[in-house]
Amino acid sequence: MKVLVAVKRVIDYNVKVRVKSDGSDVDLANTKMALNPFCEIAVEEAIRLKEQGVASEVVVVSVGDKACQEQIRTALALGADRGIQIESEGAVDSLSVAKLLKAVVAEEQPELVILGKQSIDSDNNQTGQMLAALTAMPQATFASELKVADGKATVTREVDGGLQTLELTLPAVVTTDLRLNEPRYASLPNIMKAKRKPLDVKSVAELGVELKNNMKTLKVEPPAERQGGIMVSSVTELVEKLQNEAKAI
Amino acid sequence: MTILVIAEHDNAELKPVTLNVIQAATELVNKGADGEIEVLVAGSGCQAVADAAAKVAGVSKVLQADNAVYAHQLAENMSLLITELAPSYTHILAPATTNGKNCMPRVAALLDVAQISDIIAVEAFDTFKRPIYAGNAIATVQSSEAKHVITVRGTAFDAVEAEAGSAAIEAIDFAENSGICRHVSDELAQSDRPELTAARVVISGGRGMGNGENFSLLDGIADKLGAAVGASRAAVDAGFVPNDMQVGQTGKIVAPELYVAVGISGAIQHLAGMKDSKVIVAINKDEEAPIFSVADYGLVADLFEALPAFEAQL
Repeated sequence: MKVLVAVKRVIDYNVKVRVKSDGSDVDLANTKMALNPFCEIAVEEAIRLKEQGVASEVVVVSVGDKACQEQIRTALALGADRGIQIESEGAVDSLSVAKLLKAVVAEEQPELVILGKQSIDSDNNQTGQMLAALTAMPQATFASELKVADGKATVTREVDGGLQTLELTLPAVVTTDLRLNEPRYASLPNIMKAKRKPLDVKSVAELGVELKNNMKTLKVEPPAERQGGIMVSSVTELVEKLQNEAKAI
Repeated sequence: MTILVIAEHDNAELKPVTLNVIQAATELVNKGADGEIEVLVAGSGCQAVADAAAKVAGVSKVLQADNAVYAHQLAENMSLLITELAPSYTHILAPATTNGKNCMPRVAALLDVAQISDIIAVEAFDTFKRPIYAGNAIATVQSSEAKHVITVRGTAFDAVEAEAGSAAIEAIDFAENSGICRHVSDELAQSDRPELTAARVVISGGRGMGNGENFSLLDGIADKLGAAVGASRAAVDAGFVPNDMQVGQTGKIVAPELYVAVGISGAIQHLAGMKDSKVIVAINKDEEAPIFSVADYGLVADLFEALPAFEAQL
């Protein structure tokens, strides 16, 4: 069984983002970039399926400019077999990414596609569901447990209020939540080996996809700052303030 | 301009977040042409939900799709239904709950339109504000799509009146089963406490709680305040409590009247989930903890002493 994993290059999750003074966007110049944390979990899950003998090949795909090859190499160092970069400049919206991934799915014919539930930059939480729709595959979003056997994927999902388990007929799309697994670190020998693993570059035109972007960002601004509060010296003072000043209890 | 709101429910009751989404729909109507707001209740044995939706202020019609294929509101079947109904509407809104986030992108892709996630303000009928980068930036986005498929952050909008009208209920017969996804089981946390996202008071514990058993120190206070109990991602990652208690960018977004953060340092990712709370209290033994920069009331104390004292004085 072939597993396709889609990954995204994003700002490192430890870095606090700054908004540009002209309000046009966030400032990513000289910012540390990394593999989106949810995508890392997706890669790890695919590699575990391969280690269990369930998956035969793990293919990693990313949409972006040349810099995203760094994140594809990271995934290859973790254990993926080969990479595909779909060349694009600038921001590509979720629907366009889903269309590009659909074209890759048509070429690669994976039985399972695993994606992160959302990227920590645009926070959209859309691409996996859109890919599932476009390819008429079933979907299990926010996965915390995945088992694959007999042409089915049994997936436990994190939903409001608890867990839900679904059984999907393969091929299927799964998006990862935090507790699905804890990703490994790449070893130095594997990082070296990853440099020699195959990485194909494809153009948007080659995949026969016409990108449209009907979403315009008019402005990006920092969130409203909270007014600084006060320090209290005891629980008694805290309760008194909450009762009489804030009237919150 | 007609707006379709997807009701959040469990076949038994209409979830309050639906009232916040209808407020967002009302603002759309106020900022665009005259329009109607209709509510879709898709479920199985969901008559009580449809009846409740019909009473909500501003709702002109309730569409009730009552069929076994919608029992668990699987995205595959729900998206086929909503796509079928879509031609009559300019806007389709759902709450940014796990249900809404699961289903709406699928709807948008089937309609070949972009989707707008997690809006926190309506600027115009086609222009919205939404948080990006875990709420560290707010983007104003304008969509030129013919149809707007949107998820709404409930805590960013007031709730409309739940008992104000009496809209007609229309039965929808369309019922298609994708046949590629089967519901196996639900394992829902049983709790007498309010839901995190709907609670008036939330008390959350972080890594400073030390272990899962110590979360019982929060229970007594939660009982006295009628609060929901939450946790930081650090506490979830450490295995203290289940993920459905997580407040933050990767968990639930809350905005209660009172938020009490206990033993939580205040990582960016946690602040993103609670900084819109009206009053924030932080109890932490580290006076340098970033949580104090967003707190209205900060107390530097050992939580194992402060929590019993807090409970005793309530």
